[in-house]
Amino acid sequence: MYVAVKGGERAIDAAHDWLAEARRGDPGVAGLTLAQIREQLALTVARVMAEGALYDPDLAALAIKQTRGDLIEAIFLIRAYKTTLPRLGAARPVETGAMLCARRISATFKDVPGGQILGPTFDYTHRLLDFALAAEGEAPADPNAESPQAEGEPRPVPHVLGYLDREGVIQPEPAPEPESAARPPDLTRQPMELPADRPLRLQALARGDEGFLLGLAYSSQRGYGRNHPFVGELRIGMVAVEVDIPELGFAVEIGTVELTECETVNQFAGSKTEPAQFTRGYGLVFGQSERKAIAMALVDRALRWQELGEDDTGAPIQDEEFVLMHADNVQATGFLEHIKLPHYVDFQSELELVRRLRREAAESPRKDAAE
Amino acid sequence: MCDSAEMDRTEWMGLLARAPAAEVARLWAECGLPEPAHDWLRPPETGAVMVRGRAGATGAPFNLGEMTVTRCALRLADGRDGHAWVQGRDKAHARRAALADALMQGAEADHLRAALLAPLAEAEAEGRAALARRAAATKVEFFTLMRGDS
Repeated sequence: MYVAVKGGERAIDAAHDWLAEARRGDPGVAGLTLAQIREQLALTVARVMAEGALYDPDLAALAIKQTRGDLIEAIFLIRAYKTTLPRLGAARPVETGAMLCARRISATFKDVPGGQILGPTFDYTHRLLDFALAAEGEAPADPNAESPQAEGEPRPVPHVLGYLDREGVIQPEPAPEPESAARPPDLTRQPMELPADRPLRLQALARGDEGFLLGLAYSSQRGYGRNHPFVGELRIGMVAVEVDIPELGFAVEIGTVELTECETVNQFAGSKTEPAQFTRGYGLVFGQSERKAIAMALVDRALRWQELGEDDTGAPIQDEEFVLMHADNVQATGFLEHIKLPHYVDFQSELELVRRLRREAAESPRKDAAE
Repeated sequence: MCDSAEMDRTEWMGLLARAPAAEVARLWAECGLPEPAHDWLRPPETGAVMVRGRAGATGAPFNLGEMTVTRCALRLADGRDGHAWVQGRDKAHARRAALADALMQGAEADHLRAALLAPLAEAEAEGRAALARRAAATKVEFFTLMRGDS
């Protein structure tokens, strides 16, 4: 139990002054601008937006700068800021099929209509440090240099799983309950209730900690709740966000967001009455974040074991309560880190108890010997 | 993305919302229209809109996360109303978008189409085309190799 303490104001002020200085680092080194963070640490910004559950690259950059790059602390700042914003409404579900893809790959089909588009990927790099980047005064990019281009129209490309769907070899997405479709459950408005339905699980996973989801997904690949995933499709790009404006009576686009989407094709199920069909997992994340999107799809698929009539193998990834109650890094760090705050009263009572038990233990053998 | 000559109200509102705030400000300053007098029906307000996805891209909607949005509504002296909902936290962007929306409903429409909407639409279309060309250059053909002799 935490009992409030008083005092220490002067020390706390001095600690915060030092923190501000430490954040700035050597004043002889130029300070970072938010634009530099937004443009050059874009994947960090993406992570803070995804787990902060607020799409605003400039705010994420500010949070990263303010927290010295401590991403969970930055996510915490974004979540706290978000509570000060009035909720103006909810958008129509984004059409990821209409995405303008910067990257779109399939690990299941070589010749997929629309093609395999690598985009700006770390895949196939050699993972060798590039010391050219360490050189002071990196050579400025030549504005006249032509970047590689090819014939291409800004057209949407079809979802790969659509082909399997039309052939009937993959389980169709179940039609949503009308009420849930109109107002999907929102864990930022009502506390999460278990058992959760799939929309609630997907919301919790989309803002969940990347490392936690990665570990869970990896555990299933190693055998703790295996579900044999293939990446049917991974796509990254911009999609428009459209909102119904009540005072106008029609919908307008209010902006665009970058998303990463992963659809997995998983182990098939079938029975005497139903022919074999593949099953699906789904990941959707703000920004460019494919590790998280793939992990989310594996976890989503594992949590569907009941719906798909599978056995509970006791694997952590199948345990909805275990997964959903521990995926949020702001909640987790809040509870974890609070144990470093003063627990003097609490500890004093335990210390008294241990001392008494030891005293009694020390006295009893003497008593036994005397008898 | 859309032809500025044909653009209807939902299209110009969307274009003004998607456009970078700095571009809207620059073109607004250059287009030579005096800023019309107006009353606020709703002064600019920044808030959040919940972005939604669908399970498996086509199934049940779910809440993905929020985005920042600034909205406002105003009325010109001649009674025309202008509305704006624009991404981000820039109140001046929302005000300019709402003014443009109101002016597009009257005599200034042709001038605004040419001086504001057309350049914004062109810049957006060029950005999308450039991305598509860049993406196309990273399109790969994977070959599967035969295993063994036969």
